[in-house]
Amino acid sequence: MHVNLDARRYRTKAAIFSALFIGLGQLYNRQYVKGFLWMVVAQLFFWTYYPIAYKGITGLITLGDVPSRIIKGKVVQGDHSIFLLINGLITVVIILLFLGVYIMNIVDAKKNGEIRDEGGQVLGFIASLKRAKFRNFPYLLLLPATFFVLFVTVMPLVFNVLIAFTNYSAPDHIPDRSLVDWIGFASFYDLFTQEAWRSTFVGIAVWNIIWATVSTISVFLSGLILAMMVNHPRVKFKKFWRTAFILPWAVPQFISILVFRVLLNGSFGPINDLIVKLGFSPVPWLSDPTMAKVSIILVNLWFSTPFLMALMSGVLTTMPRDLYEAAEVDGASWRQKFSKITLPLVLLATAPILIMQFAFNFNNFNLIYLLTDGNPNQPDYFYAGSTDILISWIFKMTLNQSQFNMASAVSIIMFILIAGFSLWNYKRMKSNQEEDWV
Amino acid sequence: MSKLKSNLVVIGIYMVFIVLLITTIYPMIWVVGTSLNPGNTLLVSKMFPDNPSLLHYVELIRNTDFMLWFGNTLKIAVANAFLSTILVAMTAYAFSRFRFKGRQQGLMTLLVLQMFPGFLSIMAIFVLLLQTKLLDTHLGLILIYVGGSISMGTWVMKGHFDTIPRSLEEAAFIDGASNKDAFFRIILPLSLPSITFVALNSFITPFMDFILPQIVLRSSEKMTLAQGLYSMVANETNSSFTVFAAGAVLVALPITLLYMYFQKYLIHGMTAGADKG
Repeated sequence: MHVNLDARRYRTKAAIFSALFIGLGQLYNRQYVKGFLWMVVAQLFFWTYYPIAYKGITGLITLGDVPSRIIKGKVVQGDHSIFLLINGLITVVIILLFLGVYIMNIVDAKKNGEIRDEGGQVLGFIASLKRAKFRNFPYLLLLPATFFVLFVTVMPLVFNVLIAFTNYSAPDHIPDRSLVDWIGFASFYDLFTQEAWRSTFVGIAVWNIIWATVSTISVFLSGLILAMMVNHPRVKFKKFWRTAFILPWAVPQFISILVFRVLLNGSFGPINDLIVKLGFSPVPWLSDPTMAKVSIILVNLWFSTPFLMALMSGVLTTMPRDLYEAAEVDGASWRQKFSKITLPLVLLATAPILIMQFAFNFNNFNLIYLLTDGNPNQPDYFYAGSTDILISWIFKMTLNQSQFNMASAVSIIMFILIAGFSLWNYKRMKSNQEEDWV
Repeated sequence: MSKLKSNLVVIGIYMVFIVLLITTIYPMIWVVGTSLNPGNTLLVSKMFPDNPSLLHYVELIRNTDFMLWFGNTLKIAVANAFLSTILVAMTAYAFSRFRFKGRQQGLMTLLVLQMFPGFLSIMAIFVLLLQTKLLDTHLGLILIYVGGSISMGTWVMKGHFDTIPRSLEEAAFIDGASNKDAFFRIILPLSLPSITFVALNSFITPFMDFILPQIVLRSSEKMTLAQGLYSMVANETNSSFTVFAAGAVLVALPITLLYMYFQKYLIHGMTAGADKG
């Protein structure tokens, strides 16, 4: 026991020294150049950054306390709360990085102490630099991507979450005219208790879920049926039909949607023109709340079916033929074969795609915004029309109404929904594809 | 009896096909017809004009910002394809070929981030770009696209890299090759399909996307094609619909041909990505 304790003394001491003062443990390990460099860089960074960090953190906590005001007829610029928030966020990231370096320094000192404990020779400065380069190569490769993901994806996400807990909204809290403050869960509270907000949110969420479900199921069924028809053994010119039906998939979606917007136009759209000429009354494709929803689903069917058809064709050709033969021997009807063999097998094969489609449709901003703009109007809603889905509502609140805090409160709720959904999806996937996670 | 029934089924299928063919083709023919129609309003325009003219195309190029939008989109697309492919390839290579601390967590993070498409934080992106003076610049849009493509593309490309046997590189390492050599001489040539997929996808995104440009780019001379075409039909006066039709044809034609050409390959790529995430 005594020997053991003694044998551990270098690593413990080196780690403690490094924890007390960056670089000290390295000096103790007789890595003089490295320890000295660690020390100088850390001290330089710490003392130059300390005041900036202090300001950044205070800014993040207070969000500024001097509003813009007019003194003797001149505008005196006050604090800009949102700038302070962003700066504070960047400061936190840098402090976390610094903490990471600090921990690395302790780990490094401990490791080299371990080598000394075991009677080994610690590497010289040049040699350890070379080793670091070799060992850290993958991290070097990941550095640019990490930077991008951190500042383009993660930062906005965190920022988005933070805004939901402020009162950043028009007309009273828009910097740099006025200050923004932390208000805790008040936005969420309003969203669920104020009648206008709640009815808007619930109305839109219900339609959003209906839309995502109906569109996914309808596209799945139509794609499957179309693929089965094209694959029917007695249908000729298969290649021609397949090419013709895949066409809508190849046309850029936003163009198809805009074209349908014109085609379905109530007053001068060619489809209504045709209907009137045939002697019927015009259909309010996009101007009646219910009809507009039906139109959206139909238009989605038009350009989403082809992809599913192509996919199903592939799946159908890999179907085990002997299953069908066995079923025929047992005298199974067409319907039985479809519901007992085809449907389950196809579902199994396309489940990941269907889930992806559902998630995509749930946030299909383009379709809603380009086809209807969220219209027709719904006077009971706050800043939304009757075909708006959550994401287009957020868009409108952000760009047209400057209701930033409410927009981010709604998007947090969507984050949670999506996170739950993807967690479930991930678990399901992991159980299917264990080997991918080696 | 069963023969008759089977015949009926086939006839039924053909009838459905004809109806579907008409609904599929009609919007396309209508756009092309309208764009070639000399008149200016929709109601007088016929599907097959008697005396087709390219007037609207001339008008589109001379009197609207169409060429400018096209140039903007092309610029963004090329920059995005270039940057995204390099970053995704580097990331996927690191994840596929090295075992290091935090690898699992990194892959998980990418998978989770992929579930949160960039536009979900539109509010944050808008405010962040506004405060960093990147709003209404192409650079801001490109940065967001590249950031998004990392989480999207890495899994697809890593999956492809994983299928390349390691023994090839090990043999090369024995012959004294460096990591760089192994990547450029072995991995890159063997994974051209997935690299093309990522490059093609990030090239096409700016042509198709609407929401992000609409958030980032505000002024007319900075707009992308999707925004420009939308602005032509957004206001309810129908004077510019014929010009819009011409623009729609010009944009849709090359992309449609590209998609039809790469059809199998793109559908396969999409499903390959879906399997993994």
